[in-house]
Amino acid sequence: MSDRPTRTTVEAIIRPDAPAEPAPSRLRRRWFAVAVGALGGALALGVLVGPASLSAWGVVTEMISTLPGVDMGPGLTDRQADILWKIRMPRVVLGALVGGMLAISGAAYQGVFRNPLADPYLLGVAAGAGLGATLAIAYGPDSSAWPVDALPMFAFVGAFVGVTAAWILGHASGSQRNAATLILAGVAVAAFLTALQTYVQQREAETLRQVYSWILGRLATSGWHEVLLILPYVVVSTVAILLHRRLLDVLAVGDDEADTLGVRTERVRLVVVAAATLGTAAAVAVSGLIGFVGIIVPHAVRLVAGTSYRIVLPLSLLGGAAFLVTADVVARTISSPAELPIGVITAFLGAPFFAVVLHTSRKLAR
Amino acid sequence: MTVLRVDDATVRFGDFCAVDSLSLEVAGGEWLGLIGPNGAGKSTLLRAVVGLVDHDGSITVDGTPHQDLSRRDLARAVALVPQVPECPPDMRVADYLLLGRSPYISYLGTERRHDLDVVAGVSDQLELGDFLGRALGTLSGGELQRVVLGRALAQEAPVLLLDEPTSALDVGHQQQVLELVESLRHDRSLTVVAAMHDLTLAGQFADRLLLMSNGRSVVTGTAAEVLTEHTISEHYGASVRVLRDDDGGVVVIPTRSHAGTRAERGATSRPG
Repeated sequence: MSDRPTRTTVEAIIRPDAPAEPAPSRLRRRWFAVAVGALGGALALGVLVGPASLSAWGVVTEMISTLPGVDMGPGLTDRQADILWKIRMPRVVLGALVGGMLAISGAAYQGVFRNPLADPYLLGVAAGAGLGATLAIAYGPDSSAWPVDALPMFAFVGAFVGVTAAWILGHASGSQRNAATLILAGVAVAAFLTALQTYVQQREAETLRQVYSWILGRLATSGWHEVLLILPYVVVSTVAILLHRRLLDVLAVGDDEADTLGVRTERVRLVVVAAATLGTAAAVAVSGLIGFVGIIVPHAVRLVAGTSYRIVLPLSLLGGAAFLVTADVVARTISSPAELPIGVITAFLGAPFFAVVLHTSRKLAR
Repeated sequence: MTVLRVDDATVRFGDFCAVDSLSLEVAGGEWLGLIGPNGAGKSTLLRAVVGLVDHDGSITVDGTPHQDLSRRDLARAVALVPQVPECPPDMRVADYLLLGRSPYISYLGTERRHDLDVVAGVSDQLELGDFLGRALGTLSGGELQRVVLGRALAQEAPVLLLDEPTSALDVGHQQQVLELVESLRHDRSLTVVAAMHDLTLAGQFADRLLLMSNGRSVVTGTAAEVLTEHTISEHYGASVRVLRDDDGGVVVIPTRSHAGTRAERGATSRPG
């Protein structure tokens, strides 16, 4: 050890790959560019595709004209402008928010539980929201006269009750340090709440169709209302999760070793789960239970861009948004004018998409 | 000067007493070898010192009692290389080494230039430069052990705890890792406490041995004082011969049972 032939440079720590191999940092930048491009493409597709045709040039002109001090003349007729601003845009933006939120929450859950099968619905969010929504549909007051819709509120509260119950149950069992206990508590709470939900649903059979359609998920919008409703939650949750990206990497070596590295794993888990749950509950409240996004997108990201949460979290956010906006375009065009539940599309597109990613990443693997 | 002091420490798991009223002192720069049969409480003692299990009694690091140290302070004072480290197979060596800087990075902060410099220094000292871009899953056992040691060194803690650091390695790599620890101890003025299975190696590398059995400290002293045929037979239930070499070193050789010569055993142990 006395003679030191090499001096390791700081550069080598940040970009520790031999020049002959593709530098991961370059690779990462490339994947960021791909994700941003995919999101841009999905948003454009979402805005342009629909029963009423809008020209791309018209949309661009219309959007630029909204900038202060720029007037390129109206690109679209008044009716077209209404379709753009009151129907297409809110829906596309909502899809991006919900998709990004579900994907980054899923990635965060997989990190704190070190469980590849974790998804944002793991701890009873789905069952709680489902019960809340079913109660709102079956017994809720006629909210057409209300300023706000009762269903999202009920679903949001239900989701939070579900996760809080799972957390309390998981910690009441004593073994605080075991993340698996928390997952089991989530399973128990979810089973209980689903039983209640099914009971209510069977008693009020005429609500069955409505409940079912909610459970499969949909991105129905009435103007910008839903977007404004969830935007604050999505922003706060996303920022909180992204700030924990380094700590999620430390958790990868397990609770014990993370503890000996000075990290308070319990606190990290609590904060990240709370943030992910808040965002997921908001997303579920306006879109129902859209499955697969929270599992497929983060894993696809890992397969192509590596497992560090510093990359997985932001790329999942972008990728989830792009994926859900695209899925929504398919859901509303494939059997137009009828609309398929978007949950069906995410599963239908997601499974083969994942198979392709799995296949290509095997080929790329050194 | 005493760097690590354990005073009357007891660790209980329910009714089971894993460490029983154990006291020890380790001087700065000393290498203490913890020996004892499986289940003697060596790992639990090390885990208590890094705060992973609760204990009664007192543990003092560099003059500061445990309860006055935050998790982060403790991680800056004591680094542990666990017996079976968790090594995410896809994590790259450079990222793994950087984890060792966690105690110095604020909760939501990220690595600074100094952290990268420290890791670069560790990489030089352990000659890890060629591995930095490799995934942990692609390393051999010996390489991995060096990387895990590197992460502990990146903590820049004056006390280094090793839990069976060489149990997965062949005889050559065992020696290499222990030689490495020895040279690091001198270069970095580390205090080393290592739980060790191989009694001969423990005697060769540690300044002092402490034999644990059933959670208690049985005997402590130099290798020549602790490693006797009687003590090893009593606490390990093993039959060994202890040879002393010319330099005062001790070699512990397992012998096959008390049955006598091979010919006699062959005659008496017919299957039936």
